[in-house]
Amino acid sequence: MSDWVYMGENLRVTYGRRTVLRVDELTVRAGDLLGIVGPSGAGKSTLLRVLALLEPPTEGVLYFGGSSEPVRWPPPLDVRRRVTMVFQRPLLLSDSVFRNVAYGLRARGADNVRPRVEQALEMVGLAHMAHAAAHTLSGGELQRVALARALVLEPEVLLLDEPTANLDPYNVSVIEEALKGLRHHNHTTIVLVTHNVFQARRLADRVMFLLDGECVEAADAEAFFESPKDPRTRAFVRGEMVY
Amino acid sequence: MLCGESKRRRCAINEIWEGLKQAALLLWHLDPEVMHIVGVSLRVSGTALLFSAAIGIPLGAWLGFSRFVGRRLVVALLYTGMGFPPVVVGLFVYLLLSQSGPLGSLNVAWVPRLFTVGAMVVAQVIISFPLVAGFTMAAVKGVDPSLRQQLISLGATEWQATLAVLREARFGVIVSVIAGFGSIISEVGAVMLVGGNIEGSTRVLTTAIVLETRRGNFSLAIALALILLLLSFLSNILMLRLQGKTA
Repeated sequence: MSDWVYMGENLRVTYGRRTVLRVDELTVRAGDLLGIVGPSGAGKSTLLRVLALLEPPTEGVLYFGGSSEPVRWPPPLDVRRRVTMVFQRPLLLSDSVFRNVAYGLRARGADNVRPRVEQALEMVGLAHMAHAAAHTLSGGELQRVALARALVLEPEVLLLDEPTANLDPYNVSVIEEALKGLRHHNHTTIVLVTHNVFQARRLADRVMFLLDGECVEAADAEAFFESPKDPRTRAFVRGEMVY
Repeated sequence: MLCGESKRRRCAINEIWEGLKQAALLLWHLDPEVMHIVGVSLRVSGTALLFSAAIGIPLGAWLGFSRFVGRRLVVALLYTGMGFPPVVVGLFVYLLLSQSGPLGSLNVAWVPRLFTVGAMVVAQVIISFPLVAGFTMAAVKGVDPSLRQQLISLGATEWQATLAVLREARFGVIVSVIAGFGSIISEVGAVMLVGGNIEGSTRVLTTAIVLETRRGNFSLAIALALILLLLSFLSNILMLRLQGKTA
């Protein structure tokens, strides 16, 4: 197995005339938790959609899973299924919690769906809500179901877009514990987009700071928080950046 | 003068009342003529609805999901089709299928002849499929586009994600089928033109109502009208039950 999952060169995403993402160099190491931080509109979600293989970069080359061949667009199904993303505003099917969590497994024609779904729901503390209708869930429960339906797939790479935004401290801790458990047991590579510097500090091995679509700085977590090189990173880490 | 008008009004009310009573008797005794007309109506509109759904639902879903050059033109044509006067459709089908028309002159088995049930089905399909497609497109577009992306990120194939979104849009899809059925079961102009209202063959509820009213045979006309209303009501109840089961 290769020691990196993503490598990107000169990645650009342009909508119309507006370039919303410019990342000259990107490496995500296998088994790492990369935190992507930055203010709203910095291009974090766009980068995540590119890494989820849902959206091709307008320019640049992306390599995935140690392959020497760049990603083809649209990527083949077997490649796409190695990555799963939890969206900032998760949408569930109008069905039971169980069936929502089972969706990805059933799409793959997997076996042992029931025990796997029950285990995933257990991980996010929602085992007792398996038969609840999705539309009856609170915001926190919905976010946890969205995480469970990704965890159940045991992906090689898990991409999380603000998974704890607008959640109370209890739900935040449940999700963070589930992520720690996933890393411990499955050595899953995780890319976590968050605007919460403290969360990035608690969880990440490496941190990337995006501002106005540009990668300002990327470093190991300790170096990033203790001795940031760029003055803008320093300001962001200290909470002095006004945005 | 006043006395005469009052008499006429009373006479008309009596006529309607008598018509209702006789209509009830015709229905109660399952009058063979009435039942035959109902059978032809259901056969024509049911078959046309199946074809309309088979064409309209995939077309509407495709228009709801896809982006391509010329999509606006296709949607504009579809909207035009949704408001197309049935009698114009009838005229168009008549010209196509007549002996000297572009299809009728081919004289092949798959082209239905004028004044047959097949010709009526063709006309009704042309009337109802734009409605089914248009409402399906609106229903699909009403589902948050992010859902499809989220399902794909969970490993769904394009086809699986499409089916899941269609399932989410099922209420609108069911409404599209109801609208399609409503538009053809109560339509008279096109079936009159291409069917010819031939007794025992192409006579359907609407054309029979027109004929019996003209003949002054109000009891039969009212009986047929009541059945038409009942069919329309039952189709709506059926669709609502289906909708309830899938909710």
